[in-house]
This record gives sequence, C-alpha cells and structure tokens, in this order.
Amino acid sequence: MTAGATAQARARQETRRESSLTGLGMLLRFNLRRDRVRIPVWLASLAITTIITAWSLPDFYASAVERQQRAELMNNPAARALAGPAHGVEDYTFGAMMANEMLGFLTIFVGIMSILMITRHTRANEETGRTELVLANVVGRQAPLVAALLLAIGTNLVLALLLAVGLPAVGVETIDAVGSLAFATGLAGVGIFFAAVAAVAAQISDNSRGANTMALGALGLAYAIRGAGDMGDGTLSWLSPMGWAQAMRSYVDERWWPLALLAAFSIAIGMLAVELNRRRDFGTGLRASRPGPAGASALLKRPAGFALRLQRSSLISWAVGLFAFGALYGSLLTEIESFVEDNETILELIERVSGASLIDSWLALVITLLAITCSVFTIMATSRPRSEESAGRAEPVLSTAISRTRWFGSYLVIALGGSFVLMLIGGVGLGLGAGIASGEFDQFQEVVIAAVSYTPVLWFVGGLAAALYGLAPRAMSAVWLVLVYALTADMLGGLLQFPEWMLELSPYDHVAKMPAEDFRLLPLLVFTALAAGLIALGLATFRRRDIESA
Amino acid sequence: MTAAITARGLVKNFGATRALDGLDLEVKTGEVHGFLGPNGSGKTTTIRILLGLLRADAGEARVLGGDPWHDAVELHRRLAYVPGDVNLWPELTGGEVIDVLAKLRGGLDRRRRDELIEIFQLDPTKKGRSYSKGNRQKVALVAALASDAELLILDEPTSGLDPLMEATFRQVVRDLLDDGRTVLLSSHILSEVEALADSVSIIRQGRTVESGTLDELRHLRRTSITAETVEPAIGLAALPGVHDFRAENGQVHFEVDSEHLDPVIREIARLGVRSLISQPPTLEQLLLSHYMEDGVPAQRVADGEPERAGARR
Repeated sequence: MTAGATAQARARQETRRESSLTGLGMLLRFNLRRDRVRIPVWLASLAITTIITAWSLPDFYASAVERQQRAELMNNPAARALAGPAHGVEDYTFGAMMANEMLGFLTIFVGIMSILMITRHTRANEETGRTELVLANVVGRQAPLVAALLLAIGTNLVLALLLAVGLPAVGVETIDAVGSLAFATGLAGVGIFFAAVAAVAAQISDNSRGANTMALGALGLAYAIRGAGDMGDGTLSWLSPMGWAQAMRSYVDERWWPLALLAAFSIAIGMLAVELNRRRDFGTGLRASRPGPAGASALLKRPAGFALRLQRSSLISWAVGLFAFGALYGSLLTEIESFVEDNETILELIERVSGASLIDSWLALVITLLAITCSVFTIMATSRPRSEESAGRAEPVLSTAISRTRWFGSYLVIALGGSFVLMLIGGVGLGLGAGIASGEFDQFQEVVIAAVSYTPVLWFVGGLAAALYGLAPRAMSAVWLVLVYALTADMLGGLLQFPEWMLELSPYDHVAKMPAEDFRLLPLLVFTALAAGLIALGLATFRRRDIESA
Repeated sequence: MTAAITARGLVKNFGATRALDGLDLEVKTGEVHGFLGPNGSGKTTTIRILLGLLRADAGEARVLGGDPWHDAVELHRRLAYVPGDVNLWPELTGGEVIDVLAKLRGGLDRRRRDELIEIFQLDPTKKGRSYSKGNRQKVALVAALASDAELLILDEPTSGLDPLMEATFRQVVRDLLDDGRTVLLSSHILSEVEALADSVSIIRQGRTVESGTLDELRHLRRTSITAETVEPAIGLAALPGVHDFRAENGQVHFEVDSEHLDPVIREIARLGVRSLISQPPTLEQLLLSHYMEDGVPAQRVADGEPERAGARR
C-alpha cells in the first residue's frame, strides 16, 4: 500500500469520526432557542426560592436557642429521611440548615429539570419524527444526544454559578462563599448525574413517556435510598448521588471528593448512553413497547371506565404521594411541640386557634395543606376533557352515540370522586403516622373526618374549572390562581398579618379547622351546593358550544 | 327518504375568518358522494357541522332526517365517522380503541371487526403512541366500518394509506354500497373520488362551486397534453375540445376535454410523434379552469403533483 493511499484512508477515517458529531453547535443553539423560556423559568425559580429561603432564615430563627430546637427536630428519623443527614446539628447554623433541609429538596427539582430536558430533546424528538428531519441533514448520529447533554450540563452549571454567587451575597451569617460553592456544585452535580441517567433511559425506552418514567423512577429510588440511609447510620446513603451531594457537608466542614464521585459517575453513565445510541437502530429502543390487549375490557367500554383508565396511573401516584405526605407529617407530631413552643414566628405561622392545643392547631394546618395539595389533582382531572379536546381526541368520541353531558360528566365523576378518595387516603396516612409516633390512636377518627371534610371545597374548585370549561375553555387555567391565593392566604396569611377578609377569601378558610375546632356542617353544605351549581353551569354551557379541534 | 344529507346555505365563521360561506350539499341515500376541495376549503368544517360538533351560524342542515345539532346522539347511533387526522390515546392499544368507539356508538359486529383487522393488516395489540399515521387511520376505519351504520362520513380516509391499502379500502367501500349504505367521502384526490363516487360536490372557499353526477361533470375533466411532432402541430388548436393551446420551443401544450381525446390523439399520431406527455388534471387545475370559464380571473399555477397524477395513468 502506498503512503498516499494510507493517508487517504486515515483522512477518511478522521472524517468519519468527526461526522458523528457534525452539526453539534447548530443543534445546541437550536435547543437553546426552543428552551428560551423554559430554562430561565427553571433557573429563576430554583435560584430565587433558594436565595429567599436563605435570606428569610434569620427572621424565623432569631436566636441560637431557636436554631438548636430546630436541630432537635432533625434528630427525628422521619425528618432525616425527608431532608437529609443531620450534619452540624451540634451547632445548628443557618448554613447547616440550608445544607440539611434545603439541599435534599432541591436535588429532586434539579433532577426533574434535567430529566425532562433530556427526554424532551432526545426521545421525544425521535418519537415524533423531528429527529429524523434533523438527521437527514448534515448532522452526525450522536449530535442530537450530545447536544441535549451539553444543554443540561450547561443549565446546571449556570444554576451552580447563580447560587455560588447569589447565596453569599445575601449576607446571612455562616452562609459563606466556600460553603455556597460546595452547596451549588453538589446540587449541579446531582442534576448532571440525572441528565446522564435520562440519556440512558432515552436509549432504552422507545417512547418519551417510558423514558421519563424510567428516569424519574431512578430519581425517586435514589431519594428513597438516601432517606433510608439517613434514617439509620448513613451507610446506605452512599449508594445515592443525592447522598454524595449532602456528604460534601457544605457550610459545616466542606470536603470535595464526593464531587469527584458525582463527576465520574455522570461521565461514565453519559458515555454509556452515547455507546447505546451508537449501537441501536434509529427509532427503536433497547426495550420495545410491550403489546397490549387486542380488545377492550367490559369496564373500558363504559364512559366512566374509559375516563378512569386514562387517569389510572395518575390516581395511583397521587394516592401513594398523599398517603406518604400524611404519614410523614403525622410522624413528626411528637417532635413538633418541643420545636415550636418558644418560636414566635412559627407559632404565628401555625395560627393557633384560641383554646386549642398546639398539636391540634398543627394537625389542622397540615390537613389544610393536604387539601390544597390534593386540589392540584382535582384541577388536573377536571381539565382532562380540555386536553382531550385540544389534542383532537374528543372528536371521534363525541361523534359516537355518547352525549356531551355524559362524556364530560364521566371525567367529572373521576375528578370529584377521586378528590374524596385521595383526601380519605391522605387523612388515613396522617392519622396512622400521628398514631404510631405518639402511640395513641384516639385522634385517628377525627383527623380522617377533618381531611374528608375538605372534599366539598375541592368540589367547589373543580366546579370552577368545570364552569370555565363550558364558558371559556381557553381561560381554564385561570382556576390555578385560586390555589395560588389559597396557598398564600392559608399558609402564610397569619405570618403576613393578612386582614380577616383576605383570609376569608380563600375557600379553604371556611372549613372547620378540625381537630382544633369543632365540626361545622353548614360550610360543607354551602360548598357542595355551589359546586353543584357551577358544574350544572359548566355542563349546560358545554352542550351549547363548538368543539374545538386540533 | 331519498336524501341522507341536505345542507342549504351553511355559514360558519371562526372569528374574522369565514370558513363556510353559504355551502350547499345533497347526498342521496345509497350513494357514495365525493366531497372535493383543496385544503382549507371548508370540507372538515362542513363535516363537523354535520356531526353536531360545531353549530352553523346560518343555513340549514339535515342528516338522516334529523337536526345534526339537536339530535346529535340519536343520529350518531346511525352513522360512523373517520376523522382526517386520527389522534389516539398513547396508552391504549388499537384493539381497545376500536372496541371503545364501537361500543360507545352502540355495538359492533365482532366477526366483521376481526375480518377488517385482517384485511387491513392491522396489529391491534400495539399501543396508540407506536402507530404510524396510516395505522392510526386504519384503527379509525375499522371502528367505523365494523359498525352497522347507515351513513359513513369519511374525511380524507386514505391520506396515510399505501396504494395496496387504498385498493383494499375501495373494495370495502364498494361492499358497503351493495349493502345499501350511504358514504360521504371527503378527499382532495380526484382519482379516488372518480373510482368510488356516484356523484360529487366540489367546494372552494366555503362555497359549493359544482355539484352533480360524475357524468354531468364530464366537462371539468380535461387532460393536459405536451407533444413534439415531426410536422407542425399548430392545426390542433382548431380541433373541437382543445383549450389553452400554447406553442413554444417546438412543443405544443394544450388541454383537451376527455370526450374529444381520441380524435386529437389520432391527429397527433398522423403528424408524427417525437414525444408525448399526457397528464390527468389536478383538482386545482380543474377548479382554476372552472373559474376561468365563469369569467373570474385566476392565475395559472404550476402543475400540481405531476408525478402522482402521471403514475396513475
């Protein structure tokens, strides 16, 4: 072989190696353009929430004594499972609070952000055929995947920069530059880790929903492993990337080598994704969609059964989530008294009802929070017909012999019935958690009734959504404002010293705050009647309007 | 009852846009009626009014003797619909969707369902998200065709099907016709309508511009000819049925009415053929020529879809 031919062959080989990433820069700019609203919103909400939390800590815990009481709470295994290992509780500084109680939650959100971003720019594009459009141009096979990974890495690094600069700038004692750097880089490391995990999931599953489920499942598993580890001696936490971020002990006594763990595993998992992408065929996953039944079951053929099937997985995850929510808050019950007793700010937040015990007031507050959280389900389930309609899936159904009332009604049955069942499950979770923690179950029944008694308010919120769906479907999302207002008024109204009428503007405020107050039937009847009226209005106006189509 | 569908003067506005502007439509019981028009001409809007999904701003519509808006549920028991753009639930299989839609309509013929799945070569166990456009359309077609509906409303039902499946579809529709069912077939593919329909309505910009049996519309069917001959072909311009005659670069271009095609081709052959291209007219050309005859100025458009049209002859 002549020297010329060898050089030519080498040149050809080099071209080939290069070509798997051709177009990377252009794709990256394209992804940025598509996410020009999404990324800033994620970054701003994460950074602002974190910085405001740090900034508000001195208001909540004025004295070292109060901080130490908070540290007591962290000694509760349930609290450690929820938040993280109790580093630095001996001297519970503001920095230690951030590292113990904020970082754990933030890792979840950063993980979700990274996972959704990767799936959106990889498998979702491939599934809808957009990647095909791109790859048919002068674009390398690996370019879309690598562009998505670079976007996620960049976004996480920008977040780290915002926090590393922003947190010390707040000027809260012990929240210093070094600690903030550890805090921010650990957080970004977890985000990048899960971006790599999502990139692998996008190679395994052949649809975006499956890829998201798989990666979010890994995120949940990592959180659960860390929770279990932190409840015990912390060994298990070393199996979770979230544990690594918290093992950096930011603001307490920083150590940097866990960051290397995050980096090494992120790179390895990311390279696995690239290798899997190289080996598989376009449009396929390593795991193909499983075939389903060739015909419909008897339940599915009924309108309500059909509506139930579409929301089945959502209902199950809400049930699990609200039960865990209730159980975890319930298990903190015995700790709460010693923690809150001397803290004026927290007492105002809990908004003690005169004559009621602190524990009862606190239970009532948790139940209100449970009801507001569950309302998210109510609104989403009531909005389902809207998404069916705008996706063009209502049209084929409504051109069969099902009336519009029955079609919309079947979704309302799931939304309203589901709200009742979920409040019951959340209440049972809270009652059980509190009972196990305190060793006595005499309040169990009252707690469950208290939770269920919010159902008419949830129906009222669902009724608002239903009325909007009939009258002005495009304005349907306005119903979320009710939730935002209620969350502000009911949770922070006491602290912000809202006047009475502003508190009463929230529908949740009118339900008896059991067990701190006695059960009152009248508000429940009023809300049920209002809900019925609003639903009737929604059904009547929906019958008379045009169906919008995709 | 002789008319399955009648519509008179239908008007529908979406904000400032007028989608339908006095549309008329009559479909006789037991016929396949072709509903032709370019994209955006109002075919789908008309169908949605006939299904009671939209309410007309003016005009009157009757479907199977009932009012499509007020009697929607009753009428839907007797008709079946296939949307032009079929969206399925990602988590349900094709078989489940077929059963659900059929059950909501009032029941289905189990044997017929399985037979249709077989002849359309549809895998009913796949999830909605993994079907191609053509397969999503097959799901909707099987659900509609497996019912015993008197009236089928099909909105561009073959736009995602391959030619073999298109042929299968045509055979199934012919069988329906033998059963005495009525079909409203919306399409922008002239050859499909020609192959199936007894009569045709052509709409443009929300109005019916032509309506009648295919024979009555024969004057709209012209073939475009481009020829290069040994002897000068200028004389062709004078033959009956020849329109829009142009001669350039040694070639002649013209359109000829179908009933005059034979004498014109004989004449070209007599002149000595060097090359000959013949194309059936596209719908747009038909509509444009129709408008020109009415004295409405219309700009000449480039030949739409010459490949497809050529492939069919």
